[in-house]
Formats: sequence, C-alpha cells, structure tokens
Amino acid sequence: MTSVTARTGTSGATTQAAGGSERLRPWRNPWRHPWFLEGFTWLYLLWSLAPIAIAVLFSFNKGKSQATYQGLSWRWYWGDAVNSVWHNPQLQSSVFTTLKLSAYATLIAVPIGVAFALGINRWRSKISASFNFVMILSFVVPELIFGVAMFFVFTKLFTGIQLGLLAEILGLVTWNVSWPAIIVQARLVGIGRQYEEAAADLGATQWQTMRRVMMPLLWPAIFASAILVFSGVIDDFVIVDLLSSNASNTPMSVIIYSTQHGGNGGPALNALATIMLVMSFIVAGLGFLGYRFMTRGQRVAGEQALTTIAGAEY
Amino acid sequence: MATRMPQLRTDRPPDDSGRQSRRFWILLAAPGILWLAILFIVPFYAVLAIGEGKLNKLFESPVAVYNPLHWSSANLSNVWRDIFGAGSFAGPIVVRTIAYVAIASALCLVIGYPAAYFVSRFAGRRKALFLVLLIAPFWISYMMRMLAWIDLLQTGGYVNKVLTSLHIISTPINWLGGHSFTVILGLVYGYIPYLILVLYAGLDRIDPSLLEAGRDLGLGRLKTFVRVTLPLSRQPILTGMLITVLPMVGDYFTNQLLSGAPNTSMIGNLIEGQLSTPGLEGQGAILSLLLLLVLLGPMIYYVVATNRSSREAS
Repeated sequence: MTSVTARTGTSGATTQAAGGSERLRPWRNPWRHPWFLEGFTWLYLLWSLAPIAIAVLFSFNKGKSQATYQGLSWRWYWGDAVNSVWHNPQLQSSVFTTLKLSAYATLIAVPIGVAFALGINRWRSKISASFNFVMILSFVVPELIFGVAMFFVFTKLFTGIQLGLLAEILGLVTWNVSWPAIIVQARLVGIGRQYEEAAADLGATQWQTMRRVMMPLLWPAIFASAILVFSGVIDDFVIVDLLSSNASNTPMSVIIYSTQHGGNGGPALNALATIMLVMSFIVAGLGFLGYRFMTRGQRVAGEQALTTIAGAEY
Repeated sequence: MATRMPQLRTDRPPDDSGRQSRRFWILLAAPGILWLAILFIVPFYAVLAIGEGKLNKLFESPVAVYNPLHWSSANLSNVWRDIFGAGSFAGPIVVRTIAYVAIASALCLVIGYPAAYFVSRFAGRRKALFLVLLIAPFWISYMMRMLAWIDLLQTGGYVNKVLTSLHIISTPINWLGGHSFTVILGLVYGYIPYLILVLYAGLDRIDPSLLEAGRDLGLGRLKTFVRVTLPLSRQPILTGMLITVLPMVGDYFTNQLLSGAPNTSMIGNLIEGQLSTPGLEGQGAILSLLLLLVLLGPMIYYVVATNRSSREAS
C-alpha cells in the first residue's frame, strides 16, 4: 500500500508516524515524492533534448546561418538549387548510401548471427566456446581499433576488395553480427530446453522442431536484433569513415562530419541530420510496434519493449 | 498409449540422433565461425603483421610480414619512444586522453545515475513518458548531437547570446576554438545515453520488496539508499562505465568537430592521423594494438560480469 502511494506520488506528507499521534514533518516523511530528483531529471532531459530541437529548427532556416534563426523554409531540403540536400549530388547520394548499407548489413548479419547463436548454444565444444568468446570480444572492442584492423585488411591483405561499398558492408556485418548472436542466445537461455524435448518426444525431427517450435518463440528476439542492426548502421560513423573511398559510397554520418570539419557547415547539414533523425525514429517506431505485436500474448510491458529495441535487455 | 515412447526410442537410437543433431548444430554455427575467423581474427593478425613488418622506403608504404620469425620491432620502439621518451610528443596526448575520459565518464555517472534512479523508482505512471525521453538520444545519431552543440556554441550562437545578455561574460567566447571544456562537454553529451540505459535496466531489476524491507527495519530514505540500493547497483555502474569508457578512449571525431585544435587531441586522433600519413601506418597499427592490449583487461571483465549477471537473471 505504502509503496503504491509513494510511486504514484500522491502520498503528500500525511503519513502517520509509528506512534500514531504525531504528524511527520514533510522532510521526515520517508514516502514523500522526491521533487529534487524529479527536477534534476527534467533539467537533464532539457539539456539532452533542447539542443536537438534547436538543430532541427535550424534545418528549416531561411538564411545561411547555423547560429541565427531567420524564419522557416524548405530551402535546405530541396528549395535551394545548388546546396540543398536534394540538389547537392553528394548530400543526396549519401542518403541512399546509408539506406543501402543498413539494408545489406541487416540482411546479411541477422541470419548469420541467429544461426551462429543456435549452433553455438547447442553444440558444446572447445571450438564453439572459443568462437563465442571471439564474438563477444567483437561486441566490446572499441570501434576505432576494429576499424583500423578492417582498414588494413582491405588495403594490404584482401586487396581484391579495396575500400568502398563492399568493404563497408563486410566491416559493418562483422561489427553487427554480435547483436543477433547475443540477443538470440539470451532468449534461448530464457526459453529452456523443455519445448524442444517435448517436440522431440512427439516425434518431430530436428528441422521440424527448429521450424515449427523454436522459430516462432525466437521471432521477437530476431526482430529486435534486426532493428538494432539497422538503426546501428544508420548511426555508425567510425567504420564507414575509415572504409569509404569516394562520394558515391560515403553515408550521411561521414558527410556531416567531413563537411562540418572542413569548415563548410551550413543548414543543409542540419537538414541532412534531420533526415537521419527521422529515419531512425521511423525505424524505432516500427520496431516498437512490431515488437509489441509479436509479443502480444506474452504480457510484455511497454517499457520493456522500449528498452529491448534499444538493446538494454539481453 | 504407454507403448509409444519406447517404440520411438527404438526407431531412432539416441546415439545416432545425437551425432546427427551435432552435425546439424555445427552446420548452423559454421557461417558465423568462418565469418569471424576471416573478418575478425585474420584482420587483427594483419594489423600485427603490418606493425611488426618493414617499411618500403621507396614508396613510404608498410610491408606486412606474416612470419613471426622475421618480425622487426622498429615501429614498436618508435612508438615507445614517442610515448615515454624524453621530449615525447605522444606522452602528453596519452595523459590528456586519460584525463578527458576520466572526467567525462565521472560526469556521466554523476548526471546519469540520479536520472536513471528517479525514472526506475519514482516515475510511477509517467514511467513510459520518462523512458521515451531518456531513450530518445539513443536513436539520434551521434553526428546530429554534435552538430546541435556546434550550432549553439558558435561565436554568434545562442550560448554566447544568453551569457552576454545575462552579463556573465562581456565578450563572446570562441567555444569551438580548442577548449578542453568543450571537448569534455561533447564527450559527456555524446556517451551519457548509453550509460543511462544500462543504469536504468540495472536499477529497474532491483526488487522493490528489498527496499521496503530496509524501510520496515527502520532505515531512513538516505540509509536505505546507501545500504541497499547502492550495493545492488554496483554491477550496473561498473558495466555502464565500461560501456562509456571503451568507445570514449577510441574517440577521434568529438574533439575534431568541437575543437579541431592540436592542444585537445587524443589517442584516437593520433591513430587516425597515422593511418593517413605515408610511412606512419605501421606505427598506427602498433599504437592501436597497444591500446587494445591495455583495454583487454576491462573488456574481458565486462564479458565475464555480464555473463554472470545474465546467468543469475535466468
């Protein structure tokens, strides 16, 4: 009872002391709402999100400035015949490069990672254990160190590949294959062996068990990992920065970095970044709705679906 | 009915089906294992071969040496001299990186913990709203978030406008002209969402009945926090700190965008610069491997710790 009132924040300051007669002073009440913490949290959220809102606003700026607001327009999206995202060939192609990279990396990394998770989880041996460890290392190694290794392998060893779109896709798949591998393994531990054993007892073959029993149980985890890989590639910077070779294979994140760093920043970059933001939010929204739909019989709380598609539940 | 089970067992001797299923799992894991071997293990060996290899003096390009018996330590001794030798130029960069990362990750924790704590414990019915706002930056690209601060911190930007109109400063400050303060702000702003997500997931798992027990046994709010909540959040704090520290160490883009001056450069900038300088690629390879060696301890700790906590959760 007390915990419920404390959580909803309606307890006020009227809780009785153990003796029953003396009224507690507000600051002695152990169930009072933590206004200071709430204020701090709101301040943090303001600091965290207001700059983004301002940056989005500047993408609609009429003038050339990234610092002074001069009125609304679509100029930097397509109005400007030279420098808008739509008319500047470099900016326009970067949008499609990002989408291409995300799609390819997801389509390759997710099946490989899911199969890897299933195989490693059931095939217990020294080899499987060591490769599981390698996979987890690839998950935690700092991206720059991994990117350096990718850079050297494509420029000095697998020289038939060269820097460019293919190298970027291979690098991104390697970097992201750990998402499905980790998430599906965690889900397998949660499911346990009993469903599989029941299916085997009822005469199902290995393949039938996999297709008819395990896959339906695993779809939400697989879907969540696909969302994470896709949005992770949209946001990725280091790997594609080191592995891209020219404008035709440079994605949005690298264009924003190199143009701004080169001193040619302007509201068109804000427009490009806003397009990135909208893409990510669409992916996140579809991911959330899809995950809710897939787990509809399972009483998964909305909060848990949110943290799952953000990669915090595994 | 009772005879079906034994019949099934005689149909398929357990021995044979065991071997068959083993092959099935190996086949499933094989693509992932091959992928990691060729595109994760081999690349790191290539980095080692280049770092320990020779330099083609004519073209100023590194020559990889794959036989360990012919390795040369020229690059290693050069890097060592750069870092630890008298009048070294890399030594201060290493010290600066450690200082930036330490300050920024400590700030992340000080800001992130109260926010995550509030949302996990006290947000009540507004938890979903808070969670969406808390997770939103996770879906906003890193470049967009840096761009937002570039807009605000320009000489004619809103930060200077607000500060001068409040008479806190008399002349606008060139925030983007090479200030440690700006770089650390960028690092905190860039990496705090990841920390908060891990902290929230960890704090949310704490059983509220433990806290109520602490209260029932007569602990005040502060004491319950110190004696119950804080010890239980040790694990999320450690993993959250690692998840922010590891990428921060390899960061080279935050300070390039927010300062660009050599007096704020970090190890990441050193490595990235060496990759694109003819003749220095070998040293870049060695430096990134040294960095990997230093970070291997924390990385393995992270893997072991998350493994343990996921075992406990299941």
